[in-house]
Amino acid sequence: MPASLCVVPDSIFAGTSRQPSIHEVEARVKTHEWVNGQYRLLVLAAPASVLDCEPGQFFHLLCPQTDRFQPYLRRPMSIYSYDQMKGELAFLYKVTGTGTGAMAELKPGESLNIVGPLGQGFEIRPEWRRPLLVARGVGLATLAPLARECAQLGRPLTAICSARSPDLLMSTDLFRSCGAEVITVTDTDGTSSVENLTALIEGLIHSRGIDAFFTCGSARLLRMLQEIAARHGIGGQAALEQHMACGIGMCQACVRPFRREDGAATLRVCREGPVFDLQEVL
Amino acid sequence: MVDLTTKIGTLTLKNPIMPASGTFSEELAEVFDLDCLGAHVAKTITRAKRAGNPVPRVCEVNGAMLNSIGIPSKGAEWFLKNIVPFYADYEAPLVISISANTADEFAHFAEEVGVPGVAAIEVNISCPNIEDDGKAFAMRPGPTRDVIRKMRSATDLPLWAKLSPNTGEVVEVAQAAEAAGADALVTANTMLAMAIDSRTGRVRLGNVMGGLSGPALKPIALRMTYQCARAVAIPVIGCGGISTVDDVLEYLIAGARAVQIGTATFISPTTMPRLVRELEQELERRVLPSVDALIGTVDNADEAITLAEYA
Repeated sequence: MPASLCVVPDSIFAGTSRQPSIHEVEARVKTHEWVNGQYRLLVLAAPASVLDCEPGQFFHLLCPQTDRFQPYLRRPMSIYSYDQMKGELAFLYKVTGTGTGAMAELKPGESLNIVGPLGQGFEIRPEWRRPLLVARGVGLATLAPLARECAQLGRPLTAICSARSPDLLMSTDLFRSCGAEVITVTDTDGTSSVENLTALIEGLIHSRGIDAFFTCGSARLLRMLQEIAARHGIGGQAALEQHMACGIGMCQACVRPFRREDGAATLRVCREGPVFDLQEVL
Repeated sequence: MVDLTTKIGTLTLKNPIMPASGTFSEELAEVFDLDCLGAHVAKTITRAKRAGNPVPRVCEVNGAMLNSIGIPSKGAEWFLKNIVPFYADYEAPLVISISANTADEFAHFAEEVGVPGVAAIEVNISCPNIEDDGKAFAMRPGPTRDVIRKMRSATDLPLWAKLSPNTGEVVEVAQAAEAAGADALVTANTMLAMAIDSRTGRVRLGNVMGGLSGPALKPIALRMTYQCARAVAIPVIGCGGISTVDDVLEYLIAGARAVQIGTATFISPTTMPRLVRELEQELERRVLPSVDALIGTVDNADEAITLAEYA
């Protein structure tokens, strides 16, 4: 059977229980601050129904209509943190275009319509005892919940955080608070090149016994990790981004090609992802 | 108690709200109970597997979406085995949507998909006809008549012809579909459009052109619904830019017996259950006993003048 015939997982048929697992709700803005010159942290008061999340999942946000920006479609955004006890859901995002520009104008007390949680999150397999997180830019936000999960599971963690300049390095305090060994690299001090990182990671494999890679935020880093992982027989996962319309799996807009055992498969980033096996990503 | 039921030929729907093909799938069952809908309309399938178009497959323009998804299809066999049984758990009738390259292929395909669990076939004749220089069947009455007639002889299932706004012969195409044996019309599919990034000069869809949908399409599809409802005796199902209960009312008043909700589900996945609830409340507020009481009640006393001005 051709690969494309097998891509829809059986889990889609679990809907017959008639219990919603994806919710469209209004969430109230608690705080909304700039964390540096480009990124903002949005903290929402969210109902418990949407806070049963997994690291790597995302929400689909209905960004507001403002004087400057009138986005029409929702915008997918990976979860920065979720806390059932506090009833909080947070997003760390870069203000770049129409959607995030509109979102940046949200004020505390205002409401934001959110749909989620969506997609397949990270899986920390039992045999992955010594994970390495490698992220760049906004990918650092996506990996933050994974760092917390690793801490809860008692997995010693190393995180390599890459950014254009030191002021754009985010989540480093959060990674440290999860007990992670944090290594920062930047373009401005010339430490973020593939050559430099390859040597650094090869060293960590030997010195720390790294046995799993998790990554997000850079196609260049992803390809580098695929090569290193293949050389050393290390498994891992990558979280991807793609233009989306529905975010739920209906529209087929966010597809990408993936490598599967029986050939190439076209999969939906919103549904079969956004987290995929490291080596499946083409 | 308001009677929300509506009849589309031999099918009685418990309410007039159903999804538009291509904007609905099993995944929506994870958001709400799909049995609140009048019908389920599946995404268009082709008989053979199809890959679909290159990305980007969607983009937004002011108040609307453009898409060029390209009917990716896992093929008929996969669909009948995996998707049709999913909907068997629901009371709402399943309408499947099919596409093919020629009238004969449409007819053979219609015969094949007539399995238990399928209540009606929506015929996506807005797709290119490879025997007519790639023009969509629904652009002209001749190819529309030919494809519906051949399908009519191939299946006993109700046939819903989904018309295209990309034609100057709306009424003629509608009448051709009716004459050839269509049981209902769906007005309409998306309108051919394009968008360019003025900064980079690049087209914004991988397939260059795509279909416009969303609120910007509504006045056009509403006009088609009105034109068709007056020109044919078979039921017309309105589709295009519906996101509020007022939009639903407009289509019903224009003559639609039911409506399909498409792009609005992407903006708010709970749109359809909300519209069912709000339609009931609105009919109660207007002290109307049924959906039927509203259908085709448009006040068009000044139409002669309007048409004269348009001409």
